[in-house]
Amino acid sequence: MENRTGNEMGERQEATELRDSAPITLVGAVNQALAHALANDPQVVVFGQDIGANGGVFRATDGLQKQFGTQRVLDTPLAETMIAGIAVGMATQGLRPVAEFQFMGFIYPGLDHILSHATRMRNRTRGRLSCPIVYRAPYGGGIHAPEHHSESTEALFTHIPGLRVVVPSSPARAYGLLLAAIRDPDPVLFLEPKRIYRAARQPVPDNGEALPLDSAFVLREGSDLTLIAWGASVKETLAAAAQLSAEGIEAEVIDPATLKPLDIHTIIDSLEKTRRCVVVHEAARFGGMGAEIAAQIQEYAFDLLDAPVQRVTGYDTVMPYYQLENVYLPGVERILDGARAALDYRRGGAA
Amino acid sequence: MHKPRLQLQASFDIAWLQYLDKQGRATQPLPEFASPDWLTHCYRQMQLARLVDDRAVKLQRTGRLGTYPSSLGQEAIGVATGNALMAEDVYCPYYRETGAFLERGVRIEEILANWSGDERGQNYQHAPRDLPICIPIATQMLHAAGVAFALKYRHQQQGSPLQVAIASAGEGATSKGDFYEAMNLAGVWKLPLVFVVNNNQWAISVPRVAQTGSQTIAQKAIAAGIPALQVDGNDILAVAWAVRDALQRARSGEGPALIEAISYRLCDHTTADDASRYRSAEELEQAWQWEPLKRLDTYLRSENLWSDGKQQDLDRELAQVMETALNDWESRTPEPATAIFDHLYAQLPESLYEQYDQLRDEQLREKLWEKEGAVQ
Repeated sequence: MENRTGNEMGERQEATELRDSAPITLVGAVNQALAHALANDPQVVVFGQDIGANGGVFRATDGLQKQFGTQRVLDTPLAETMIAGIAVGMATQGLRPVAEFQFMGFIYPGLDHILSHATRMRNRTRGRLSCPIVYRAPYGGGIHAPEHHSESTEALFTHIPGLRVVVPSSPARAYGLLLAAIRDPDPVLFLEPKRIYRAARQPVPDNGEALPLDSAFVLREGSDLTLIAWGASVKETLAAAAQLSAEGIEAEVIDPATLKPLDIHTIIDSLEKTRRCVVVHEAARFGGMGAEIAAQIQEYAFDLLDAPVQRVTGYDTVMPYYQLENVYLPGVERILDGARAALDYRRGGAA
Repeated sequence: MHKPRLQLQASFDIAWLQYLDKQGRATQPLPEFASPDWLTHCYRQMQLARLVDDRAVKLQRTGRLGTYPSSLGQEAIGVATGNALMAEDVYCPYYRETGAFLERGVRIEEILANWSGDERGQNYQHAPRDLPICIPIATQMLHAAGVAFALKYRHQQQGSPLQVAIASAGEGATSKGDFYEAMNLAGVWKLPLVFVVNNNQWAISVPRVAQTGSQTIAQKAIAAGIPALQVDGNDILAVAWAVRDALQRARSGEGPALIEAISYRLCDHTTADDASRYRSAEELEQAWQWEPLKRLDTYLRSENLWSDGKQQDLDRELAQVMETALNDWESRTPEPATAIFDHLYAQLPESLYEQYDQLRDEQLREKLWEKEGAVQ
């Protein structure tokens, strides 16, 4: 199997963008990608609650309705099942719907249509009809939001055959991956880490260049340990890697970006160097993506491992209200603890 | 307690349409489209739908088909709906619509393939834009709203004639949120969308009166700002008039409509159901008195458009049609097992190559084993 990573393309794009454009945020990059898609493909329609005049609760669609009109950028009635369901019908007739859920915590009424219809249409019609849909949703905790606004339940969706689950962790990757998701012939759940919507700015040229889906990005090279993280957790994971580096330990940091289908090869390649691995995610641990990644690593690379795969995750609890959300979210210290557990592990328990 | 003076803010009526009474007598002048040819065509298609359903149930009983939902007793609704649609319109059906499928150009062998567990059965060669049969309840109504949006969008972008989507469902589906959400959107976006509710009185074992406190199903549309009408669903003329009128209005940009077609499910819910557990023989006996085929047959004979001789000719013709379809269905080559991966994504992701290869190898081993077995 070919080992294809998005790393090279990501680096090339980052080199170009430093020259050409003003720095933008992750949410700004989402907006830029949507505008590019709307401008270049008349089949693209964008819809959701409050996305028109208001530009979305996070301003991801700011100005799009003004630019592209009320037939391309539509405010819908308040009904998530409907938003998920009409996308299916639109897509079967050749449109490329981009549907926004205001928060991932509100996506569940739409799950029936994502699971039972969008991801099955191509299969059940043996290719006659298909659903090139992008379902967008801001996800994750850390913005002091009310209940049901901070969930990170990506594993519910990675279990669904026929779906792609994509999570960007930088403005450049948000732009390139969202364009790829819109152009993809199959349904994509595009989860936007809202905690880092405005955490950093980066120049992202509006050149229409997509980044590859189904490919992991190596964000930092190292030979002592592999840290795997996506979305907002990439921020703390890179911070932990920097701290380890100060101690003389070089961690490789991998962002899978497409959680389903997962590019395990980039991870295994990294393990050939490092032999130790920590998976970081803010979702609950049980049955989470960390479990899937750990299982695949032991299937494909058991002999490479010098230590069990460590998981640094949210607790198997309800995501707490915001006074306690930082207790729940894995921070730099917990990632360092996980890293040390992997680094200090000795067979037979002798330290 | 003092009772305040209240003023009337809104009121509504639900109309009822029937051309042929339960005995098959015309109650008013027939619509212009009801030519002798049209009437006999519809009668033929209703007969064919009944024959296909009857044969499918028998095939299920002998283990050659999986669970099958017959449309026995509702043939008029399906045939009238399918007949009224233009080829370019999009039909978004629920599962109990044999008559409509046949009118849309779906082949009998495709229907049989689908219910015998072959997914190619929904790859309709002659209804390329229609949605596949929808098994979950009412979800197809939202898909139809999306389809209708796409049709309106194409009309506005390209200036092409406005096409219409039709969603069908049973009355049980009108209890679901999807139904209300679809109607609400269709009303506010003025979508070219017609909802046809087959009110066959029973949602599996739950009767109409235990399904909703609403006096009619039709009035559920009023809240969404959608015009609605009740028709005698066993009178094909009434259903056809209502569907044609709604399509015409939708085509001219006037938006959606809901038709409640009152009928009766003469069969079990599916072949896995036994309706005698929850409804009386007397009720079923009564319902047979106003079923759609007999009613049209009586009318056609009263107008000298039908006779025993014509019926015998039709029976022979349809038996032949069925025979050919059964042969075509039985002579289908089975799909390769790897087809379960072939249409999951447009292109198989690399991470699935291993599972694909595993299945292919298992199949090869099995074939080899069969071959060796045959040699012995």
